[in-house]
Amino acid sequence: MRFVDEFRDAEKAQALAAQIAALCEPGRQYKFMEVCGGHTHTIYKHGLEDYLPESITLVHGPGCPVCVIPMGRVDDAIFIARQPDVIMTSFGDMMRVPGSNGAFFDANAQGADIRMVYSPLDSLKIARQNPDKRVVFMAIGFETTAPSSAMTVLRAKADGIENFSIFCNHVTIIPAIKAILDSPDLRLDGFIGPGHVSTVIGCRPYEFIARDYGKPLVCAGFEPLDLLQSIYMLMLQLAEGRSEVENQYTRVVPWDGNLKALQVIGEVMELRPYFEWRGLGFISHSALRVRESYASFDAERQFLVPGVRVADPKACQCGEVLKGVLKPWECKVFGTACTPETPIGTCMVSPEGACAAYYNFGRFTRERVKEATRT
Amino acid sequence: MCLGIPGEVVELMDDRPDLAKVDVSGVRRAINIGLLENEKLEPGDWVLIHVGFALSKIDEEEAKAALDFLEGIGQAYADELAALADSKIE
Repeated sequence: MRFVDEFRDAEKAQALAAQIAALCEPGRQYKFMEVCGGHTHTIYKHGLEDYLPESITLVHGPGCPVCVIPMGRVDDAIFIARQPDVIMTSFGDMMRVPGSNGAFFDANAQGADIRMVYSPLDSLKIARQNPDKRVVFMAIGFETTAPSSAMTVLRAKADGIENFSIFCNHVTIIPAIKAILDSPDLRLDGFIGPGHVSTVIGCRPYEFIARDYGKPLVCAGFEPLDLLQSIYMLMLQLAEGRSEVENQYTRVVPWDGNLKALQVIGEVMELRPYFEWRGLGFISHSALRVRESYASFDAERQFLVPGVRVADPKACQCGEVLKGVLKPWECKVFGTACTPETPIGTCMVSPEGACAAYYNFGRFTRERVKEATRT
Repeated sequence: MCLGIPGEVVELMDDRPDLAKVDVSGVRRAINIGLLENEKLEPGDWVLIHVGFALSKIDEEEAKAALDFLEGIGQAYADELAALADSKIE
Protein backbone atom coordinates (compact mmCIF):
# COMPACT_ATOMS: atom_id res chain seq x y z
CA MET A 1 0.00 0.00 0.00
CA ARG A 2 1.32 3.40 -0.93
CA PHE A 3 0.88 6.18 1.55
CA VAL A 4 0.83 9.89 1.53
CA ASP A 5 4.43 10.45 2.44
CA GLU A 6 5.53 8.68 -0.71
CA PHE A 7 4.85 11.53 -3.03
CA ARG A 8 7.84 13.59 -3.89
CA ASP A 9 6.88 16.92 -2.49
CA ALA A 10 5.53 15.91 0.88
CA GLU A 11 7.26 18.89 2.49
CA LYS A 12 5.66 21.34 0.11
CA ALA A 13 2.37 19.63 0.74
CA GLN A 14 2.76 20.09 4.51
CA ALA A 15 3.54 23.77 3.96
CA LEU A 16 0.45 24.24 1.78
CA ALA A 17 -1.63 22.34 4.31
CA ALA A 18 -0.47 24.75 7.01
CA GLN A 19 -1.42 27.74 4.85
CA ILE A 20 -4.84 26.19 4.23
CA ALA A 21 -5.33 25.55 7.95
CA ALA A 22 -4.42 29.17 8.72
CA LEU A 23 -7.32 30.33 6.52
CA CYS A 24 -9.97 28.27 8.32
CA GLU A 25 -12.42 30.32 10.33
CA PRO A 26 -12.94 28.71 13.73
CA GLY A 27 -16.24 26.87 13.88
CA ARG A 28 -16.88 27.02 10.14
CA GLN A 29 -17.23 23.86 8.05
CA TYR A 30 -16.11 23.86 4.42
CA LYS A 31 -17.29 21.53 1.66
CA PHE A 32 -15.63 21.53 -1.74
CA MET A 33 -16.62 19.33 -4.64
CA GLU A 34 -14.00 17.96 -6.98
CA VAL A 35 -15.98 17.55 -10.17
CA CYS A 36 -13.55 15.31 -12.02
CA GLY A 37 -13.04 11.57 -11.43
CA GLY A 38 -9.31 11.98 -12.10
CA HIS A 39 -9.12 14.28 -9.08
CA THR A 40 -11.03 11.76 -6.96
CA HIS A 41 -8.42 9.20 -7.95
CA THR A 42 -5.54 11.46 -6.84
CA ILE A 43 -7.26 12.34 -3.57
CA TYR A 44 -7.71 8.72 -2.52
CA LYS A 45 -4.42 7.54 -3.94
CA HIS A 46 -2.44 10.05 -1.93
CA GLY A 47 -4.76 10.33 1.04
CA LEU A 48 -4.99 14.10 0.53
CA GLU A 49 -7.89 14.43 2.96
CA ASP A 50 -5.49 13.49 5.74
CA TYR A 51 -3.51 16.64 4.97
CA LEU A 52 -6.51 18.90 5.39
CA PRO A 53 -7.96 20.39 8.55
CA GLU A 54 -10.97 18.47 9.84
CA SER A 55 -13.26 21.34 8.95
CA ILE A 56 -12.64 20.83 5.21
CA THR A 57 -14.52 18.03 3.48
CA LEU A 58 -14.01 17.01 -0.13
CA VAL A 59 -17.11 15.81 -1.92
CA HIS A 60 -16.77 13.68 -5.02
CA GLY A 61 -18.69 14.87 -8.04
CA PRO A 62 -20.22 13.39 -11.19
CA GLY A 63 -17.18 13.76 -13.47
CA CYS A 64 -16.67 10.11 -14.31
CA PRO A 65 -18.18 9.56 -17.76
CA VAL A 66 -18.46 5.81 -17.39
CA CYS A 67 -20.23 6.23 -14.05
CA VAL A 68 -23.02 8.42 -15.39
CA ILE A 69 -24.09 6.20 -18.33
CA PRO A 70 -27.60 4.99 -17.50
CA MET A 71 -28.44 1.30 -17.79
CA GLY A 72 -30.86 1.88 -20.65
CA ARG A 73 -28.06 3.25 -22.85
CA VAL A 74 -25.91 0.19 -22.16
CA ASP A 75 -28.89 -1.97 -23.14
CA ASP A 76 -29.31 0.06 -26.34
CA ALA A 77 -25.64 -0.37 -27.20
CA ILE A 78 -25.88 -4.13 -26.66
CA PHE A 79 -29.01 -4.17 -28.83
CA ILE A 80 -26.97 -2.53 -31.61
CA ALA A 81 -24.06 -4.93 -31.08
CA ARG A 82 -26.44 -7.89 -31.56
CA GLN A 83 -27.76 -6.76 -34.94
CA PRO A 84 -26.52 -8.75 -37.93
CA ASP A 85 -23.09 -7.83 -39.32
CA VAL A 86 -22.33 -5.32 -36.57
CA ILE A 87 -18.96 -4.81 -34.94
CA MET A 88 -19.32 -2.70 -31.80
CA THR A 89 -16.16 -0.90 -30.67
CA SER A 90 -15.58 0.67 -27.30
CA PHE A 91 -13.01 2.05 -24.88
CA GLY A 92 -11.92 -0.63 -22.41
CA ASP A 93 -13.46 1.32 -19.50
CA MET A 94 -16.92 0.61 -20.83
CA MET A 95 -16.66 -3.18 -21.06
CA ARG A 96 -17.83 -4.01 -17.53
CA VAL A 97 -20.46 -1.30 -17.12
CA PRO A 98 -23.64 -3.18 -16.29
CA GLY A 99 -26.85 -2.83 -18.28
CA SER A 100 -30.07 -4.43 -17.09
CA ASN A 101 -29.00 -7.70 -18.67
CA GLY A 102 -25.23 -7.77 -18.41
CA ALA A 103 -22.37 -5.70 -19.75
CA PHE A 104 -20.41 -5.62 -23.03
CA PHE A 105 -18.20 -8.40 -21.72
CA ASP A 106 -21.23 -10.66 -21.24
CA ALA A 107 -22.69 -9.81 -24.65
CA ASN A 108 -19.31 -10.57 -26.19
CA ALA A 109 -19.22 -13.98 -24.50
CA GLN A 110 -22.71 -14.63 -25.89
CA GLY A 111 -21.51 -14.05 -29.45
CA ALA A 112 -21.79 -10.32 -30.14
CA ASP A 113 -18.65 -8.89 -31.80
CA ILE A 114 -17.53 -6.17 -29.37
CA ARG A 115 -13.94 -4.98 -29.60
CA MET A 116 -11.90 -2.71 -27.38
CA VAL A 117 -10.18 0.22 -29.08
CA TYR A 118 -7.87 2.96 -27.87
CA SER A 119 -9.24 5.65 -30.14
CA PRO A 120 -12.32 6.24 -32.31
CA LEU A 121 -9.82 6.39 -35.17
CA ASP A 122 -8.99 2.73 -34.50
CA SER A 123 -12.68 2.03 -34.82
CA LEU A 124 -12.71 3.83 -38.16
CA LYS A 125 -9.83 1.67 -39.29
CA ILE A 126 -11.81 -1.46 -38.41
CA ALA A 127 -14.62 -0.09 -40.61
CA ARG A 128 -12.18 0.36 -43.49
CA GLN A 129 -10.92 -3.19 -43.12
CA ASN A 130 -14.40 -4.69 -42.88
CA PRO A 131 -16.46 -3.09 -45.65
CA ASP A 132 -19.13 -5.80 -45.35
CA LYS A 133 -19.72 -5.04 -41.65
CA ARG A 134 -21.38 -2.12 -39.92
CA VAL A 135 -18.92 -0.72 -37.41
CA VAL A 136 -20.26 1.31 -34.49
CA PHE A 137 -18.22 3.29 -31.99
CA MET A 138 -19.61 3.58 -28.45
CA ALA A 139 -18.89 7.27 -27.95
CA ILE A 140 -18.71 8.25 -24.29
CA GLY A 141 -17.09 10.96 -22.26
CA PHE A 142 -17.21 14.64 -21.45
CA GLU A 143 -15.76 17.43 -23.58
CA THR A 144 -12.32 15.79 -23.46
CA THR A 145 -13.41 12.96 -25.76
CA ALA A 146 -16.29 14.57 -27.71
CA PRO A 147 -13.92 16.39 -30.12
CA SER A 148 -12.25 13.05 -30.94
CA SER A 149 -15.58 11.47 -31.86
CA ALA A 150 -16.51 14.53 -33.94
CA MET A 151 -13.15 14.56 -35.74
CA THR A 152 -13.55 10.86 -36.51
CA VAL A 153 -16.98 11.44 -38.05
CA LEU A 154 -15.52 14.24 -40.17
CA ARG A 155 -12.71 11.92 -41.26
CA ALA A 156 -15.19 9.15 -42.15
CA LYS A 157 -17.18 11.61 -44.22
CA ALA A 158 -14.09 12.97 -46.00
CA ASP A 159 -12.92 9.45 -46.82
CA GLY A 160 -16.36 8.30 -47.93
CA ILE A 161 -16.58 5.50 -45.35
CA GLU A 162 -20.22 4.49 -45.24
CA ASN A 163 -20.18 1.58 -42.79
CA PHE A 164 -19.13 3.61 -39.74
CA SER A 165 -21.32 5.29 -37.15
CA ILE A 166 -21.12 6.45 -33.55
CA PHE A 167 -23.57 5.73 -30.74
CA CYS A 168 -23.33 9.14 -29.15
CA ASN A 169 -23.42 9.29 -25.35
CA HIS A 170 -21.29 12.36 -24.89
CA VAL A 171 -22.26 14.48 -21.90
CA THR A 172 -21.45 18.05 -20.98
CA ILE A 173 -20.19 19.02 -17.57
CA ILE A 174 -21.78 22.44 -17.03
CA PRO A 175 -25.44 21.28 -16.78
CA ALA A 176 -24.40 18.58 -14.30
CA ILE A 177 -22.72 21.17 -12.09
CA LYS A 178 -25.80 23.36 -12.34
CA ALA A 179 -28.04 20.42 -11.36
CA ILE A 180 -25.87 19.86 -8.30
CA LEU A 181 -25.99 23.55 -7.40
CA ASP A 182 -29.79 23.46 -7.67
CA SER A 183 -30.09 20.28 -5.64
CA PRO A 184 -31.42 20.91 -2.12
CA ASP A 185 -29.45 17.99 -0.66
CA LEU A 186 -26.09 19.60 -0.72
CA ARG A 187 -24.49 22.80 0.49
CA LEU A 188 -21.14 23.41 -1.15
CA ASP A 189 -18.62 26.18 -0.56
CA GLY A 190 -16.79 25.88 -3.86
CA PHE A 191 -15.59 23.69 -6.68
CA ILE A 192 -12.35 22.17 -7.83
CA GLY A 193 -12.83 22.46 -11.60
CA PRO A 194 -11.99 19.62 -13.99
CA GLY A 195 -8.54 20.04 -15.55
CA HIS A 196 -8.81 18.22 -18.84
CA VAL A 197 -12.39 19.16 -19.70
CA SER A 198 -11.27 22.75 -19.24
CA THR A 199 -8.51 22.37 -21.85
CA VAL A 200 -11.42 22.12 -24.29
CA ILE A 201 -14.11 24.43 -22.86
CA GLY A 202 -11.76 26.88 -21.13
CA CYS A 203 -12.69 28.71 -17.92
CA ARG A 204 -15.44 31.07 -19.10
CA PRO A 205 -18.34 28.56 -18.98
CA TYR A 206 -17.89 28.34 -15.19
CA GLU A 207 -18.40 32.06 -14.65
CA PHE A 208 -22.12 31.70 -13.82
CA ILE A 209 -21.15 29.59 -10.81
CA ALA A 210 -19.20 32.47 -9.33
CA ARG A 211 -21.58 35.19 -10.51
CA ASP A 212 -25.03 33.66 -9.98
CA TYR A 213 -24.37 31.19 -7.19
CA GLY A 214 -21.59 33.05 -5.42
CA LYS A 215 -19.33 29.99 -5.30
CA PRO A 216 -15.62 30.05 -6.18
CA LEU A 217 -14.23 27.57 -8.70
CA VAL A 218 -10.58 26.79 -9.35
CA CYS A 219 -9.54 24.72 -12.39
CA ALA A 220 -6.97 22.27 -11.08
CA GLY A 221 -4.21 19.99 -12.27
CA PHE A 222 -3.97 16.34 -11.30
CA GLU A 223 -0.94 16.09 -9.06
CA PRO A 224 -1.34 16.15 -5.29
CA LEU A 225 0.26 19.59 -5.02
CA ASP A 226 -2.04 20.95 -7.73
CA LEU A 227 -5.04 19.91 -5.70
CA LEU A 228 -3.73 21.32 -2.42
CA GLN A 229 -2.82 24.55 -4.20
CA SER A 230 -6.35 24.74 -5.63
CA ILE A 231 -7.90 24.17 -2.21
CA TYR A 232 -5.69 26.96 -0.89
CA MET A 233 -6.92 29.25 -3.68
CA LEU A 234 -10.55 28.40 -2.84
CA MET A 235 -9.95 29.07 0.85
CA LEU A 236 -8.26 32.37 0.07
CA GLN A 237 -11.23 33.48 -2.02
CA LEU A 238 -13.62 32.62 0.81
CA ALA A 239 -11.42 34.36 3.38
CA GLU A 240 -11.37 37.50 1.23
CA GLY A 241 -15.08 37.30 0.45
CA ARG A 242 -14.54 36.71 -3.26
CA SER A 243 -16.23 34.24 -5.61
CA GLU A 244 -14.35 33.99 -8.86
CA VAL A 245 -13.24 31.50 -11.47
CA GLU A 246 -9.49 30.99 -11.18
CA ASN A 247 -7.11 28.77 -13.09
CA GLN A 248 -4.49 26.86 -11.11
CA TYR A 249 -3.65 24.66 -14.12
CA THR A 250 -2.42 27.40 -16.45
CA ARG A 251 0.37 25.06 -17.59
CA VAL A 252 -2.24 23.20 -19.60
CA VAL A 253 -5.59 25.02 -19.52
CA PRO A 254 -5.98 28.13 -21.72
CA TRP A 255 -8.63 30.55 -20.46
CA ASP A 256 -10.53 30.30 -23.75
CA GLY A 257 -10.13 26.54 -24.18
CA ASN A 258 -9.44 24.85 -27.52
CA LEU A 259 -11.52 26.74 -30.09
CA LYS A 260 -10.89 24.21 -32.85
CA ALA A 261 -12.16 21.39 -30.62
CA LEU A 262 -15.29 23.37 -29.77
CA GLN A 263 -15.83 24.15 -33.42
CA VAL A 264 -15.69 20.49 -34.55
CA ILE A 265 -18.05 19.45 -31.74
CA GLY A 266 -20.47 22.14 -32.92
CA GLU A 267 -20.15 21.05 -36.54
CA VAL A 268 -21.02 17.40 -35.93
CA MET A 269 -23.10 17.46 -32.74
CA GLU A 270 -25.87 19.42 -31.07
CA LEU A 271 -27.33 19.50 -27.57
CA ARG A 272 -30.08 17.01 -26.75
CA PRO A 273 -33.18 18.51 -25.10
CA TYR A 274 -32.51 16.24 -22.14
CA PHE A 275 -30.48 13.16 -21.21
CA GLU A 276 -30.62 10.72 -18.35
CA TRP A 277 -27.60 10.55 -16.06
CA ARG A 278 -27.21 7.51 -13.94
CA GLY A 279 -28.16 8.40 -10.42
CA LEU A 280 -28.87 12.04 -11.23
CA GLY A 281 -31.94 11.52 -13.42
CA PHE A 282 -32.86 13.63 -16.44
CA ILE A 283 -30.88 16.84 -16.92
CA SER A 284 -31.84 19.40 -19.59
CA HIS A 285 -29.39 20.11 -22.40
CA SER A 286 -26.76 17.96 -20.74
CA ALA A 287 -25.65 15.71 -23.60
CA LEU A 288 -24.80 15.72 -27.28
CA ARG A 289 -26.30 13.92 -30.25
CA VAL A 290 -25.24 13.75 -33.88
CA ARG A 291 -26.72 16.50 -36.08
CA GLU A 292 -29.15 15.54 -38.79
CA SER A 293 -26.66 16.63 -41.45
CA TYR A 294 -24.46 13.71 -40.30
CA ALA A 295 -27.38 11.28 -39.87
CA SER A 296 -25.66 8.46 -41.76
CA PHE A 297 -22.95 8.43 -39.06
CA ASP A 298 -25.49 8.31 -36.23
CA ALA A 299 -26.06 4.80 -34.87
CA GLU A 300 -29.20 6.00 -33.07
CA ARG A 301 -30.82 6.81 -36.41
CA GLN A 302 -29.32 3.80 -38.23
CA PHE A 303 -30.48 1.15 -35.78
CA LEU A 304 -33.71 2.44 -34.19
CA VAL A 305 -32.59 1.57 -30.68
CA PRO A 306 -35.31 0.57 -28.18
CA GLY A 307 -34.48 3.48 -25.85
CA VAL A 308 -36.17 1.88 -22.87
CA ARG A 309 -35.45 3.58 -19.57
CA VAL A 310 -34.24 1.18 -16.90
CA ALA A 311 -34.30 2.13 -13.24
CA ASP A 312 -31.03 1.73 -11.33
CA PRO A 313 -30.84 -1.33 -9.07
CA LYS A 314 -32.55 -0.55 -5.77
CA ALA A 315 -29.57 -1.55 -3.66
CA CYS A 316 -27.25 0.77 -5.57
CA GLN A 317 -26.71 4.28 -4.23
CA CYS A 318 -24.47 5.56 -7.00
CA GLY A 319 -26.79 8.54 -7.44
CA GLU A 320 -26.12 9.74 -3.92
CA VAL A 321 -22.40 9.09 -4.36
CA LEU A 322 -22.32 10.98 -7.67
CA LYS A 323 -24.07 13.96 -6.09
CA GLY A 324 -21.67 13.81 -3.19
CA VAL A 325 -24.44 13.19 -0.65
CA LEU A 326 -22.95 9.85 0.39
CA LYS A 327 -19.34 8.81 0.74
CA PRO A 328 -18.63 5.52 -1.09
CA TRP A 329 -18.37 3.42 2.05
CA GLU A 330 -21.72 4.71 3.28
CA CYS A 331 -23.48 2.86 0.45
CA LYS A 332 -25.26 -0.28 1.68
CA VAL A 333 -23.62 -2.62 -0.83
CA PHE A 334 -20.12 -1.08 -0.93
CA GLY A 335 -17.43 -3.74 -0.70
CA THR A 336 -19.93 -6.51 -0.03
CA ALA A 337 -22.32 -7.13 -2.93
CA CYS A 338 -20.60 -4.45 -5.02
CA THR A 339 -16.87 -4.77 -5.72
CA PRO A 340 -14.70 -3.93 -8.76
CA GLU A 341 -14.89 -7.61 -9.78
CA THR A 342 -18.68 -7.75 -9.64
CA PRO A 343 -19.86 -4.14 -9.75
CA ILE A 344 -23.54 -3.37 -9.21
CA GLY A 345 -23.12 0.35 -9.71
CA THR A 346 -21.05 2.27 -12.20
CA CYS A 347 -19.02 4.10 -9.53
CA MET A 348 -17.37 0.78 -8.80
CA VAL A 349 -16.54 0.03 -12.46
CA SER A 350 -14.22 2.77 -13.62
CA PRO A 351 -10.91 3.35 -11.82
CA GLU A 352 -12.03 6.99 -11.71
CA GLY A 353 -15.28 6.13 -10.01
CA ALA A 354 -15.31 7.25 -6.38
CA CYS A 355 -16.20 3.77 -5.10
CA ALA A 356 -13.50 1.96 -7.10
CA ALA A 357 -10.89 4.54 -6.14
CA TYR A 358 -11.79 4.18 -2.49
CA TYR A 359 -11.99 0.39 -2.69
CA ASN A 360 -8.68 0.00 -4.53
CA PHE A 361 -6.71 2.21 -2.21
CA GLY A 362 -8.64 0.86 0.79
CA ARG A 363 -7.45 3.62 3.06
CA PHE A 364 -8.85 4.41 6.43
CA THR A 365 -9.53 8.09 5.99
CA ARG A 366 -10.32 10.16 8.99
CA GLU A 367 -14.09 9.85 8.41
CA ARG A 368 -13.84 6.11 8.29
CA VAL A 369 -11.75 6.00 11.43
CA LYS A 370 -14.25 8.21 13.20
CA GLU A 371 -17.06 6.00 12.09
CA ALA A 372 -15.26 2.83 13.07
CA THR A 373 -14.43 4.13 16.52
CA ARG A 374 -17.94 5.43 17.11
CA THR A 375 -19.53 1.99 16.90
CA MET B 1 -9.91 6.82 -21.33
CA CYS B 2 -9.97 10.01 -19.33
CA LEU B 3 -6.24 10.08 -18.75
CA GLY B 4 -4.40 12.74 -20.67
CA ILE B 5 -1.00 11.28 -21.48
CA PRO B 6 2.01 13.34 -22.54
CA GLY B 7 3.83 12.39 -25.73
CA GLU B 8 6.81 13.85 -27.51
CA VAL B 9 6.38 14.60 -31.19
CA VAL B 10 9.10 12.66 -33.02
CA GLU B 11 7.99 12.99 -36.62
CA LEU B 12 5.54 14.98 -38.71
CA MET B 13 4.15 13.39 -41.85
CA ASP B 14 4.27 15.42 -45.04
CA ASP B 15 1.59 13.40 -46.77
CA ARG B 16 -0.70 13.44 -43.71
CA PRO B 17 -0.59 16.86 -42.05
CA ASP B 18 -3.28 15.76 -39.56
CA LEU B 19 -1.06 13.04 -38.07
CA ALA B 20 2.21 12.97 -36.14
CA LYS B 21 4.30 10.19 -34.72
CA VAL B 22 4.75 10.54 -30.95
CA ASP B 23 6.73 8.78 -28.28
CA VAL B 24 4.83 7.98 -25.07
CA SER B 25 6.98 6.30 -22.43
CA GLY B 26 8.83 4.47 -25.21
CA VAL B 27 5.72 3.51 -27.20
CA ARG B 28 5.78 5.14 -30.67
CA ARG B 29 2.45 5.56 -32.40
CA ALA B 30 0.71 7.89 -34.82
CA ILE B 31 -1.80 10.27 -33.29
CA ASN B 32 -4.08 12.92 -34.75
CA ILE B 33 -2.97 16.55 -34.31
CA GLY B 34 -5.87 18.15 -36.18
CA LEU B 35 -7.17 19.86 -33.00
CA LEU B 36 -3.86 21.75 -32.67
CA GLU B 37 -3.74 23.00 -36.24
CA ASN B 38 -2.97 26.54 -35.06
CA GLU B 39 -0.02 25.50 -32.91
CA LYS B 40 2.61 24.70 -35.59
CA LEU B 41 4.00 21.57 -33.93
CA GLU B 42 7.58 20.49 -34.48
CA PRO B 43 9.56 17.41 -33.48
CA GLY B 44 10.62 17.80 -29.86
CA ASP B 45 7.34 19.48 -28.85
CA TRP B 46 5.21 17.83 -26.17
CA VAL B 47 1.48 17.32 -26.39
CA LEU B 48 -1.21 15.99 -24.06
CA ILE B 49 -3.01 13.12 -25.76
CA HIS B 50 -6.57 11.94 -25.22
CA VAL B 51 -7.81 8.82 -27.04
CA GLY B 52 -5.46 9.30 -29.97
CA PHE B 53 -5.85 13.08 -30.33
CA ALA B 54 -3.44 15.77 -29.17
CA LEU B 55 -5.61 18.16 -27.17
CA SER B 56 -3.05 20.68 -25.95
CA LYS B 57 0.56 21.59 -26.35
CA ILE B 58 2.55 21.54 -23.10
CA ASP B 59 6.11 22.37 -22.13
CA GLU B 60 8.68 19.72 -21.38
CA GLU B 61 8.65 20.37 -17.64
CA GLU B 62 4.90 19.81 -17.44
CA ALA B 63 5.26 16.69 -19.59
CA LYS B 64 7.87 15.24 -17.23
CA ALA B 65 5.80 16.06 -14.17
CA ALA B 66 2.72 14.51 -15.75
CA LEU B 67 4.67 11.37 -16.68
CA ASP B 68 6.02 11.02 -13.15
CA PHE B 69 2.50 11.32 -11.88
CA LEU B 70 1.08 8.79 -14.35
CA GLU B 71 3.84 6.29 -13.69
CA GLY B 72 3.00 6.63 -10.00
CA ILE B 73 -0.69 5.79 -10.45
CA GLY B 74 0.18 2.33 -11.75
CA GLN B 75 -2.43 0.11 -13.34
CA ALA B 76 -4.62 2.73 -14.98
CA TYR B 77 -1.62 4.17 -16.84
CA ALA B 78 -0.32 0.68 -17.72
CA ASP B 79 -3.74 -0.11 -19.23
CA GLU B 80 -3.74 3.16 -21.17
CA LEU B 81 -0.24 2.48 -22.55
CA ALA B 82 -1.22 -1.08 -23.51
CA ALA B 83 -4.26 0.27 -25.34
CA LEU B 84 -2.09 2.85 -27.12
CA ALA B 85 0.36 0.13 -28.12
CA ASP B 86 -2.52 -1.73 -29.80
CA SER B 87 -3.61 1.42 -31.63
CA LYS B 88 -2.94 1.67 -35.34
CA ILE B 89 -4.28 5.06 -36.30
CA GLU B 90 -3.87 5.90 -39.97
